[in-house]
Amino acid sequence: MKAHQANRFASILLWIGAVAILALLVAFLALILGRGLPYLTAEFFSGSDGVRGQLFNSFYILFLSLIFSLPIGLGAGIYMAEYAPQNRFTDLIRLSTESLASVPSIVFGLFGMIVFVNMFGLGFTILGGSATLALLNLPILVRVTEESLRAVPRSYREASLALGATMWQTLRKVILPTALPGLITGITLVAGRALGETAILIFTAGMNVSRILFDVNPLAAGETLAVHLFAVKSNPLPGTNSDQIADGTAALLILMVIVFNLCLSIPSRWLQYRLQGKNRG
Amino acid sequence: MPQPTKSWVYYNDRLARYLFISSAVLVSLIIICIIWFVGMQGLSTFREVSFLEFFTSSKWSPDSGQYGALTFIAGSIGTTLIAILLGGPLGLAGAVFLAEIAPPWVRAIMRPATDLFAGIPSVVYGYVGITVIVGFTRKITNSSTGYGMLAAGIVLAIMILPTVISLSEDALRSLPGSYKEASLALGATRWQTIWRVLVPAASPGILTAIILAMARAIGETMAVQMVIGNSPRFPDSLGSPTSTLTSNIVMEMGNTPYGSTWNNGLFMMAFILLVIALIMIILVRTASRKGAVR
Repeated sequence: MKAHQANRFASILLWIGAVAILALLVAFLALILGRGLPYLTAEFFSGSDGVRGQLFNSFYILFLSLIFSLPIGLGAGIYMAEYAPQNRFTDLIRLSTESLASVPSIVFGLFGMIVFVNMFGLGFTILGGSATLALLNLPILVRVTEESLRAVPRSYREASLALGATMWQTLRKVILPTALPGLITGITLVAGRALGETAILIFTAGMNVSRILFDVNPLAAGETLAVHLFAVKSNPLPGTNSDQIADGTAALLILMVIVFNLCLSIPSRWLQYRLQGKNRG
Repeated sequence: MPQPTKSWVYYNDRLARYLFISSAVLVSLIIICIIWFVGMQGLSTFREVSFLEFFTSSKWSPDSGQYGALTFIAGSIGTTLIAILLGGPLGLAGAVFLAEIAPPWVRAIMRPATDLFAGIPSVVYGYVGITVIVGFTRKITNSSTGYGMLAAGIVLAIMILPTVISLSEDALRSLPGSYKEASLALGATRWQTIWRVLVPAASPGILTAIILAMARAIGETMAVQMVIGNSPRFPDSLGSPTSTLTSNIVMEMGNTPYGSTWNNGLFMMAFILLVIALIMIILVRTASRKGAVR
């Protein structure tokens, strides 16, 4: 029974492969958290080379980049899902979104450097960093918006339009609320990715932290946590405990990723549950 | 034809429509701007350097006027190939497992786990590379440092896993159930069904997954820069320090004045990466179109 032996052999191999993938992830998390968690003390955040400035910058840049990218990303996604006719123009926009999604982040970084650092002469700023980061968010936002709007049943639109609502009223009152869980999942996904981005920010937001704590000036340089990890790991300054800082920063980044992944599933499930309940009642 | 009532409701509707169209157009303009700006800056390298030298010489010493980028191109291609050879089969195995073999509870663990893999920032991959993987490659390549193409390839192989797994799994799942039923009804074993029917039928989707994974690997910067060794030496062995297009940009961008030939050469490297990414997108489109005809 050769075929059956091959079948069993292959099944065992595939199980081994799957276990290997999971083991790899567990090993990753155990390694990073095991090395870094002991260093995550109050001193690590607020000590003389503490990372609270970087932590603040990470979220500040993320926040600004979402402000820049959300309106455009949602708008383009809505257009693609609801308005776009099947023609050359639509195809061109779809091709641009796909191309934008495939641009390596370092190319975004250099583009941001040409525009914000050199053409506008701003130097390394939080503003330039977040505007360039917004370009990375855009294609994912467009795709997520389009997908979640397309998942809304056709009958919802038809019912609303048949009642005499305009397209905009239908969008605002019917389609967007129904698609909200999907949109929130997508935005969390984008935020998680933007939070860990490094290559873009090195060339646009720089590798310095403002002397003022929690500096909200968008024209200040703003090193984020991820950039900080790169800086201390690739050019350790003599005399500092850079290895410990790197271990702690990596653990903090991973914790943030895990929290974001939890955020990804819980609120969207809750919303879905609520909306379904409301529709039934 | 009766005129529609021109109330604010009507104007709001028009306004919203124009806003949506202009955001869509803006997305297209951005990619055109990126190609234009990076391309112009990069191509101005060839005012000083010959095309042939840039692509065929491996001597990169801008101080003495030598701008051969072959080392970096070879480094990028080499690390990407290693990543695909290691990560591709493993990822495909994971995808087949998830789509066809995994019991629901295993799937319920593994799906979020691969999403978590995708969410880990690339600097953290680089950090793990420096702390663990470089030590491992030092042993198996018998080199003095362990930094080099093999270390970068292993890190990239792990990084592309989620891309390969989720896209290939989607491709396998989107096949009509009748394919599997027909094959099993003919007496084929599960493995014969997977290998002779399902995987070939899903091959356009799997190919797309592999191409997108390659695009991610060749454009990856931070993780590679941290473990490649950053020496502008042609990669003659798996365990010797070398450079890739991305790692070299990170290393030298800060030290070169904007507008110098050296600086333009770095922009040219970024432009090469951009062109490769765009070619990959066109390949993906062709692959999926082939899948649609079927």
